[in-house]
Amino acid sequence: MDQPFTQSATDINKIGEVIEARTDQLLAQCYRLHEAPPLGSLIKTREGSIEIYGIVAGASTHALDSGRRIIARGEHEETDEAVFAANPQLARLLVTDFTAIVAGHKSDGTVRHYLPPRPARIHAFVHTCLADEARQFAASLDFIDLIAAARRDFAVDEVVAACLRRLAAVQTDPQDFLVRAGKHLTVLMSEEFQRLNSILKRLK
Amino acid sequence: MNEQSEPQKRLGIVVTGSSAEGIGVKLDQDVSVEDIVLGRYVTIRGEKRRFFGMITQVSLESSNPQVPVMPPDISDPFISRVISGTTTYGRIQVLPMLTVGTDAASLLEGPQPVKTVPTHFSEVFQASQHDVETVFGKEGGSKFCIGTPLDMETKVCLNLEEFVKRSNGVFGKTGTGKTFLTRLLLIGILQSRAAVNLVFDMHSEYGWEAMNEKGYRVKGLKQHFPAKVQVFTLDEDSARRRKVSADSIVRIGYSEIEPEDIELLRQTLRLTEPAVQAAYQIAHKYGDPKWLETLFSPEVEENENFAKDLNIHESTYRNLRRGLETLRRFPFLVSGGEGNSVQRILESLDRGINVILEFGRFEDYTAYILVANLLSRRIYAKYREKVERALGDGLPKPHPLVITIEEAHRFLNPELCNQTIFGTIAREMRKYNVSLLVVDQRPSGIDPEIMSQLGTKIACLLDNEQDVDSVLAGVSGRSELKSVLARLENRQQALIFGHAVPMPVVVRTREYGSAESYRDLYASGKRTPEEGKPADDLWP
Repeated sequence: MDQPFTQSATDINKIGEVIEARTDQLLAQCYRLHEAPPLGSLIKTREGSIEIYGIVAGASTHALDSGRRIIARGEHEETDEAVFAANPQLARLLVTDFTAIVAGHKSDGTVRHYLPPRPARIHAFVHTCLADEARQFAASLDFIDLIAAARRDFAVDEVVAACLRRLAAVQTDPQDFLVRAGKHLTVLMSEEFQRLNSILKRLK
Repeated sequence: MNEQSEPQKRLGIVVTGSSAEGIGVKLDQDVSVEDIVLGRYVTIRGEKRRFFGMITQVSLESSNPQVPVMPPDISDPFISRVISGTTTYGRIQVLPMLTVGTDAASLLEGPQPVKTVPTHFSEVFQASQHDVETVFGKEGGSKFCIGTPLDMETKVCLNLEEFVKRSNGVFGKTGTGKTFLTRLLLIGILQSRAAVNLVFDMHSEYGWEAMNEKGYRVKGLKQHFPAKVQVFTLDEDSARRRKVSADSIVRIGYSEIEPEDIELLRQTLRLTEPAVQAAYQIAHKYGDPKWLETLFSPEVEENENFAKDLNIHESTYRNLRRGLETLRRFPFLVSGGEGNSVQRILESLDRGINVILEFGRFEDYTAYILVANLLSRRIYAKYREKVERALGDGLPKPHPLVITIEEAHRFLNPELCNQTIFGTIAREMRKYNVSLLVVDQRPSGIDPEIMSQLGTKIACLLDNEQDVDSVLAGVSGRSELKSVLARLENRQQALIFGHAVPMPVVVRTREYGSAESYRDLYASGKRTPEEGKPADDLWP
C-alpha cells in the first residue's frame, strides 16, 4: 500500500508539493514563483496507491517568512521583471502556493467522485493532469457536487465555472459537455436559482 | 402492448399517480410539449404489467418557484438548452384505461380494465399502431372500423354485436358530423348483419343522396345497398322531386291515433292539460279507434252542444280542436281504418331489410313525433309479442332491431320519456331485441335516466357545459374526458366510449363521400367475418 511515489513520464507536469493537507482540501507550494496552475484546473497527488484529484480553487504569492513584510523595490526600474533581475534573492524569499478542493480519487484504476479515505501526505508531489486524464476524470459529472459543496472561504462558484470551462475545452464536443454539466448544476442548485443563473452565465 | 420490432418513441417517466386522478408523467428533455396532443394514446411499461392510457392534460412545470417570477435569459441558447427539461419541463397527465400482465396467462386474457397504477418511474411510450390494434381489434366480422385515432393510421373498430345489444347515442352540436357518423354506423350494422335498422329520417338524409357540408353529394344507404334497404316516405311529392325511388308511401289512419299520442304532442300543438284530458274523455266515450274520426265528423263539428254534453269547458274544447286541426292538415293522415304501413314495415324488417322512413316536407316536430312514436309503438309491440312467443316455443328470437331517431330530446326529455315508446325501449333495452340509436344535439335535454342506459355514446364536439356533463355523466375519468371532449375539432372528430369499445377513444372519423371511401366501405363489408360467414350475398 505504501508504495514509493515513483518517477514517471508525468513528472514533466510536476509543479509542486503538498504542504498542508486535509481530507477535502490541500495546500501546495509551487516549485516556481508565480507559476501556480490556473484557477479551476485539475491537479493530482498521491496517498499510497491512491491518486487524489483536486481542482485549483485559489493561489497566492507571499513572503516565505510571514514575519517579514515585502517592500516595494521597483521605483527606478523600467519593468517589473527588472525588479527581480536586480534583486535575485527575491525568488528565494517569496513563494507561490495554491489551494485545491479535493474532487475525487482513483483507486484500483477507477475514478471515484467522492473523498479519498485519507488526505494527501505532506510533501507528496503535485502534478497537473493531461487532457486524456481530464477526460477520464470528467466522464461522470458527479465531481461537481464535491466542488459546489466546498467551504465558502473561496469563490466556489467561480471555481465551478472555471473548472467546467477548462474540462469542456478538452472534450470532443465542448458545447454538449457544458450543457450536460449545466443540467447537472440545475438539479444540484434547484433551490438556488440566482446562483445557478450566475454560474451558467460564466460557463459560456 | 406486445413486443414488436416497431420502434416506440419514449415520452418520459411516471412521476406521480393515483387511481382517482390518473398518472403524472414528466416528459423527457428531448420531447417537446408542442408535439403532445390531447387524446393521444400512450403505453406505460410498469414492473409487472403494461398500461394503456390516454393523454388528458399537458402542462408546463418548473422545479423552482422563482423561475416563473424571474425567468432565465432564454435569449441565450446555451442557458435555454440547460434549463429546458431540468428546471423547466413538460408534464402530461395520463388516464390509464386498460392493462395487461406480461405473463403468458394474462397475455391470453387480453386487456383488462385498470385497477391500479404503474410503479414510480415506469417508462412511458407513445402507443404504436400495433398497440392500438391489440386494443381495438381488427376489422372484420362484427368489428366495424369507425375511424382512426388522432395522428395514427390504425383502425379503431366498434364491436357492432355489442353495440346493438343496448341503446346508443350520437351527440354533437350541429355541423359536427353527427349525420355522417350515423350513416356510417347504419352501414356498419347493415353490413355486419348485427341488426336490422329502422330509421326515422326527419331531414331525408339517410336513404338517398344528401349534401355534405362542403356541398358535395353523398350517397345514401339505398344507393349503396338497393336490395337491402327500402325507403318509405310520408311525402311522395318530395320523393318524386328529388328523384328518389321510394318503395312505399306511408299512410296513417285516424283510428291509429290514440289520446296518448295527443298527450305527447301537447307542447308542439300548444294544448293545455285539460285539453289533453278532454281527448281522453272523448276517446273513452266514443271508443278508442273511432274518437278522432268522430271528432272530425261534420255532425260533431256542427254540434254546438258537443262539449257541453261531455262536460268539457268551452275554451278547453276550442283549444283541443285547434290543436287537432293541425293534424288534419297532414295529408299522410287519412280518415278511415288502419293503414297497412306498420304491417309493411314489419314485413320488410322481418326479411332483414332495412327501412328508412323519409318525412319529406313534413319536417316539423309534430309530424315527426307523432309518426315516429306511433309506428315505433306498434312495431315494438309486435317485436315484444314475437319475443314472448319465441320464449314460449323455444324458437330463436327475432333479429335485433335498431331504431334510429333524430332530435331525440323531443321524445326523451324528462317530461315525455315516460309516455313515449322510446323511453320504454331505452329502459328495457335488449329484453325484446329492440334498441335505439339516439341522434341529438342537446343531450342535456334527454332524461338522465335514459342517458345512463345508453350503452355506447359517440360524442362529437359539444361546447355547452350542460351537454358535456350529461354525456359524460357516470363515466369514470369524467373530468379528464371532459377536457378531451371540449377540445375536439369541429368536424370529423368524435369521442367514443361505452360497451362497443374497450376504452374511451377519440377518433378521426372515417371518410365518407368520396369514391375511394365507398370502395373502402365495400371492401370492409366483404372482409370475411371471423365466424366464417361469407358476406358476399350482401352485395348486389
